[in-house]
Amino acid sequence: MHGLASSSLAWSTHARRAARRIDPWPGSDSVVLPVVPSIPANSDEARRAVTEAGIDVESTAWLRRLRAQAPERDDAIRELRDLLLRAARFEVNRRRASLPHLRGEDYDDLAEQSANDALLAVLGKLDGYRGDSRFTTWAYKFALLEAAVKLRRRAWQGREIPADDDHWALIADSSATPDQQARSTELMRAVSAAIAGELTSHQRRVLVALTLQDVPIDVLADRLQTSRGAIYKTLHDARRKLRKALLQKGLLVAAGDVAAGDVAAGEGELR
Amino acid sequence: MSFETPSRRERELLARLLGSDKPEVTCEECFEHLDRYVDLQLAGTDADAALPGFRAHLENCPACHEDYESLRSLLGA
Repeated sequence: MHGLASSSLAWSTHARRAARRIDPWPGSDSVVLPVVPSIPANSDEARRAVTEAGIDVESTAWLRRLRAQAPERDDAIRELRDLLLRAARFEVNRRRASLPHLRGEDYDDLAEQSANDALLAVLGKLDGYRGDSRFTTWAYKFALLEAAVKLRRRAWQGREIPADDDHWALIADSSATPDQQARSTELMRAVSAAIAGELTSHQRRVLVALTLQDVPIDVLADRLQTSRGAIYKTLHDARRKLRKALLQKGLLVAAGDVAAGDVAAGEGELR
Repeated sequence: MSFETPSRRERELLARLLGSDKPEVTCEECFEHLDRYVDLQLAGTDADAALPGFRAHLENCPACHEDYESLRSLLGA
């Protein structure tokens, strides 16, 4: 664990050094930065805030520079944007296999857009940074999220979300032999019946899309014109109803936790 | 009512459908505390004790789990 922490610190140090070498970031003309309250560098106010918050020195320096006057603030924003771009490129490269039809410049565009959007988010939420983590860790998560959401949406661009009315086709094991299918059908038919009979149409749609059709939650939220949080709440409610129905049918034992792993009969989860 | 022992595929399917019934944080809370959770882990601290319900949400929410994996991988790269 300590090795990982050390390597991450080394990485961020390297990234900062590299960031100082780069030219002003591309696309800057098109980005409108939010107004960040300015605290003069090395002011009593800045030092007092740091002391009271107990934020580490490196993160404190980021905050101070991002709240300083130009040109110090401009330099800090440039370095921050470079860090965010590196994080976005990292995420794009990780997920490249899921979008084989894209060209090289498409990946670059996605990373650049993600870095720009993340920069706006970070600067806009700067006062919300409480020092619970290193500043760079806090900032990275915005770049990773922006890139991940853009990539998931791009992967589903032009694709319809399949209907949920034939969820049995997704549950049944078409690769199983007739004998295997006959043995498993009774249990899985009960699960399917509970999905069909116990859930509202919205709950069924969300549950089937997220758990059986592998639709990303933010893509589904977009299509249903709601938020990721609202979709997850629906999934949570659907799971609770499904679990309750299976408990009442004697298929699950009380306080069973299927996701924990043991669901085989006789192991405490499924009867 | 008796049933055959579920196959591995069926167990995985049920786990995805039912998720965990442990108390968990929301997606918004997960994103808010993701950086702290990962930094605590990297520092060798018990992140699960510091942030109850966080791991349960990661087990239940594939998108949040992906975000977590990405941040862990980035910082560990």
